[in-house]
Amino acid sequence: MIPIYTRRRMTNILHLTFSVLAMIFGLSWLFWILFVLIGKGLDGISVALFTEMTPAPGSAGGLLNAIIGSLMMVTLATLIGTPVGILAGTYLAEFGQRGWLASVTRFINDILLSAPSIVIGLFVYTVYVAKVGHFSGWAGALALSIIVIPVVVRTTEDMLRLVPDSLREAAAALGAPPWKVVTLVTWRASEVGILTGVLLAIARISGETAPLLFTALNNQFWTVDMNQPMANLPVVIFQFAMSPYESWQELAWAGALLITLSVLGLNIIARFFLRKKTLSA
Amino acid sequence: MRNQQILFYSKLLGSHEHPQITEEVSEFKATMNTNQAKQADAKVTINDLNFYYGRHHALKSVSMNILEKKITAFIGPSGCGKSTLLRTLNRMYQLYPSQVARGEIRVDGVNILDKKHDINILRAKMGMVFQKPTPFPMSIFDNVIFGVKLYESLNRSELMERVEWALRKAALWEEVKDKLNQSGMSLSGGQQQRLCIARTIAVKPEVVLLDEPTSALDPISTAHIEELIFQLKQDYTIVIVTHNMQQAARVSDFTAYMYLGKLVEFGETDTIFTTPKEKATEDYITGKFG
Repeated sequence: MIPIYTRRRMTNILHLTFSVLAMIFGLSWLFWILFVLIGKGLDGISVALFTEMTPAPGSAGGLLNAIIGSLMMVTLATLIGTPVGILAGTYLAEFGQRGWLASVTRFINDILLSAPSIVIGLFVYTVYVAKVGHFSGWAGALALSIIVIPVVVRTTEDMLRLVPDSLREAAAALGAPPWKVVTLVTWRASEVGILTGVLLAIARISGETAPLLFTALNNQFWTVDMNQPMANLPVVIFQFAMSPYESWQELAWAGALLITLSVLGLNIIARFFLRKKTLSA
Repeated sequence: MRNQQILFYSKLLGSHEHPQITEEVSEFKATMNTNQAKQADAKVTINDLNFYYGRHHALKSVSMNILEKKITAFIGPSGCGKSTLLRTLNRMYQLYPSQVARGEIRVDGVNILDKKHDINILRAKMGMVFQKPTPFPMSIFDNVIFGVKLYESLNRSELMERVEWALRKAALWEEVKDKLNQSGMSLSGGQQQRLCIARTIAVKPEVVLLDEPTSALDPISTAHIEELIFQLKQDYTIVIVTHNMQQAARVSDFTAYMYLGKLVEFGETDTIFTTPKEKATEDYITGKFG
């Protein structure tokens, strides 16, 4: 055998081994977390979890008010954050290539992207909660939407930049004005990527605790009034997990499993539909 | 606004170039007979056109006539400015703020480089097909009607009629008529390019600009497209940029040989390829250079 060929084979095997080991190392933690979560959380999953309110210490109950509160605030935050994020990302990628406004925006967005979420919670507390005088669902949704925006801006810009200029030129060559080139062609070419960004943002805010602690706080009772303090899964988990009561701890595990499974489910459903779309379209 | 600023600065900065340009013009007029193509049937008249990529002077005082319902080919080595010249004809360069054209391009007597001339209407009139096939991420049907929908409001059956008409013109109808709802990206490279041609002629332009339309295709697809270009000549004025001299010789009526941003020789294709006036053209065509 030729020596250089043998050496290359050895190098290849070595690299492959290390890559596989690194992958196993990374994935094992993830699976470990998932196993513990399922093991501890599965006991708490029952009909009562979805039908009863968060209980007082020592009595039985469920997480209905927290589930509904989380759903409402996450949905509202996504509805606010997604259009703002997509439009801003589109500006950065398509219109503001040059000039100071885009580079300043991009820089601030990157800072916002890595800002600790507790800072955002405190910010909303100062400008909204403190002014109004009470915690509320609105404030919670606002804080979460501020977390959504930079994630969506970043992925939208990155995805639009992947669209080749030749596609934009082809659309412009047919007489399409810039806004039509963007809405009809480049958005379409990158819709899978942009949607992935939105999902990523939803996944991120579903588990955020710190910004809600200062804004929506918690509510032991049923409410769909966004103007009142609102129960939500992360804060309930935080509160219940830290408590000495076993029934509360069990509910906390169940809530954690619930968040994980719903984010997982959302991703699987989205992937399924996107794949179907790319195959048929 | 930005363009005007750049234009203004480039005029200031580039003022020393003017004597040189006029010199070139006189040299140009003295040494060659560009107006073999009579002014009267000219669809497009290019007059003393200069083009800049930032500071790089890419087209130097180009003047020529492009005749109606004829095929005009631009040939020359890479970087000679032939694609640049083509991209001034529909002001494609305007997507990029650092690119500036100066001079005059008259289409049907109207100067299209005039800022007041609506750029989108111009592009609908001057269709363009690119080097690489660029199907949009949508169905074949939607690809073809993309440009139509921008400027005409047609009902479903009129749209269907238009799609069939354009696809037949582009010699693609028989291959795709049963799968109009499939993605345009699912077609082969040659089919995609014919789809792009169909999309371009669906808007019923007057001039079709082809930028090396077959350079990414295999010989059979190339033959298809050349045949198609020849057919299209009946209805459209066609300008084609090509690297392939045989292609220019095969399909075009007029040929322009360009080198380093200058138009070296322009005339009837038969003349250019058999008895070129310029030594440079002869060298390029016979393969001694380029």
